[in-house]
Amino acid sequence: MDRAGRWQDMSVDGVSREALVALWAGKLAMLVSRSLGRGGTTWPGRLATALEPRLLDRLARVPARGAVVITGTNGKTTTALLLSSIARASGLQVVHNLAGANMSSGIVSAFLENVSWRGQGRGDLAVLEVDEGSLTGVAPAVRPKAVVVTNFFRDQLDRYGEVDGTVRQVRDGVERCGAGTQLVLCADDPLGVSLSEARVPLNGSAPWLYFGLELPAADGASAHLTADGSQCVRCGSPYHYQRLYYSHLGHYACSACGHARPAPAVYAREAQTEADGTTRFELVTPAGSRTCRLKLPGLHNLYNALAAAAGGLALGFEVDRIVEGIESASTPFGRMEPFSVAGRAVVVALVKNPSGFNEIIRTIRSRPGPYHVVFALNDLAADGRDVSWIWDVDFEQLASPGSGELAWAICSGRRAQDMAVRLKYAGVVPERLVVEPAIDRALRRGVRLLPPGQTLFVLPTYTAMLSARRVLALDALPRASAGR
Amino acid sequence: MLFHEQAQAVEGGPPREAAASCRPKLSILSLYPELLNVYGDRGNVLSLVQRARWHGIEPAVTEAGLGTDVDAGQFDLVVLGGGQDRAQRAIAEDLRRYKGPSLAAAIEEGLPVLAVCAAYQLMGHFYRTADGYEIPGLGIFAVWTEAGKGRLIGDIAVQAELPGRRLTLVGFENHGGRTHLGPGARPLGRVLRGHGNNGTDRTEGVVYRSAIGTYLHGSLLPKNPELADWLLQAALDRRYGGSVRLGRLDDRIEARARSVLLRRLLGPPFLRLS
Repeated sequence: MDRAGRWQDMSVDGVSREALVALWAGKLAMLVSRSLGRGGTTWPGRLATALEPRLLDRLARVPARGAVVITGTNGKTTTALLLSSIARASGLQVVHNLAGANMSSGIVSAFLENVSWRGQGRGDLAVLEVDEGSLTGVAPAVRPKAVVVTNFFRDQLDRYGEVDGTVRQVRDGVERCGAGTQLVLCADDPLGVSLSEARVPLNGSAPWLYFGLELPAADGASAHLTADGSQCVRCGSPYHYQRLYYSHLGHYACSACGHARPAPAVYAREAQTEADGTTRFELVTPAGSRTCRLKLPGLHNLYNALAAAAGGLALGFEVDRIVEGIESASTPFGRMEPFSVAGRAVVVALVKNPSGFNEIIRTIRSRPGPYHVVFALNDLAADGRDVSWIWDVDFEQLASPGSGELAWAICSGRRAQDMAVRLKYAGVVPERLVVEPAIDRALRRGVRLLPPGQTLFVLPTYTAMLSARRVLALDALPRASAGR
Repeated sequence: MLFHEQAQAVEGGPPREAAASCRPKLSILSLYPELLNVYGDRGNVLSLVQRARWHGIEPAVTEAGLGTDVDAGQFDLVVLGGGQDRAQRAIAEDLRRYKGPSLAAAIEEGLPVLAVCAAYQLMGHFYRTADGYEIPGLGIFAVWTEAGKGRLIGDIAVQAELPGRRLTLVGFENHGGRTHLGPGARPLGRVLRGHGNNGTDRTEGVVYRSAIGTYLHGSLLPKNPELADWLLQAALDRRYGGSVRLGRLDDRIEARARSVLLRRLLGPPFLRLS
């Protein structure tokens, strides 16, 4: 009897004892973890997998519509959130791993939450955010219908060594997905496009779908800061850019060997930012064009929306549902997330690598100054142990006397002092710099010093973002409820 | 700490600069900035430029990439950073062809150079890749490098011995290559915590005349302002023959960042070292 096949509506007597024991252990661990008040999103999965190594293979068969995987350096969480919203707009129930729990144990945990104690599954589609380094392990177990690769930037080099190594890992993962997996790639990112050379088994249709921008080049975009992908992926010569959006993303061609940006099937044209920070753009797909409104600001989020739209098409969703899903998606936590603390506006924007940080700075500068900023730089494993990447961020844009609009900056986190040094060399005078390593004290000080009517920008790395949100949620709640 | 929202905006901070006409000048050559810029090595040039300004010196930066022929001897200071393997071969060839010969000659007569990671390797005799291929270097430093198993990654502290100067340096290293000192090569310093040149002999980097090769990112110079000033002084000595002496700047922010890291790496006794 094929036991694995029966997992889908598994009953106690239909399942192997090992699988059920692992399942119970995992779910029990989750209960314990929650009653202890901890997030505990990864260790229940780790425990369950230790008891039954093939658990993920089995759990991944529960959703009838299969799984879609989102990977890449930046924008995984936002893209996964948008794609989940698209699936919900199409009437599906979604299994989704929590942001940050994107290594294989976190993914097992996400499935465990959606399986009953008797092993009956909930959910029609799994939308999984997968860490670049975990794809090789996750892909063969999950056998996704589609893999969406957002982009490749310099990120956590201490973990992966170099960007080229990250691309190689994702390529290995993609090659282990099995037949029929559709690849959704960013046409504007030469490193992403290099994945089209991966050995993916064909099942008739073209295995990759490109998304990109068809907009005029962005103001002030500069490729000099990051060398991640500005050399040809085939021959190593520098690319010539006809249009550059940011970092190495744009319309590129290699004059030496001819490698050039492929034409995307899904793209945005005529994008514009509205006064309220939303982005209105025309979404063009092979199944038709629509005007679409995205609640999130910035070009990087436009790329995320296109990645989600292309992913939605690869899964067979209708264009109208795709637009509905993008427009109704909520703000993912910590990504330009607004808070109201003591009547003051606070916006939290996660920063984790130079290109993402530069985009956030650009988004902030699109608003009128002066700017009041709390930086929170941690160097724990989830942030990246190496903080030298802050020297690749263009803080000069915030600090140069020409703009002169940085009212003050409070530096916090485990490497608060490094952040202060960086800002000093960017031209911020020491009188405008405060070093306060404790994140809670830094935030409260920021809120206290913020003039009425202004916005406090909080720019934390990953673990600092978790602390900052906790502090802000605590401080915000009483006021918010009293005000209503 | 006070905030000066209006009054201090322009006037505050580093010492007032003297009138532009009589200020000493300093020309910096940044080689392959678009290729050799991983791990924030761009901060080294930023540090030299800003500190020169704060010292009342007028800096100018020239960038030179692949295919340009520059005479390194025409500059006062040369900076090179780390890069990915993909860039390394192209740069090795370009260095040998265009920039290397003038660089070697100028270093002989005292040109200060900072070469980090990949650039450090390429200024040695050769880099032997994992498959046995040897990328020839400039041979300015009497060192050679071979690819190792696994990368040497982490925060690092080094007791450095420069001509006339003893410094405790901090940084971040991340390299696959293992560099070995040949006969006559003088290391930049001794590893206090971390891996250094090869993870075995406790040496880090190399010094030859006023040229420094090192694995320290971080960025190195903003984290170690005394080293930045040592390079600037060497550049001024070569240009002005000792008539321009650097003063002291207010480096309290940098000092605090260093001591946080040193305390973490070495524990409280690090105080004895400095």
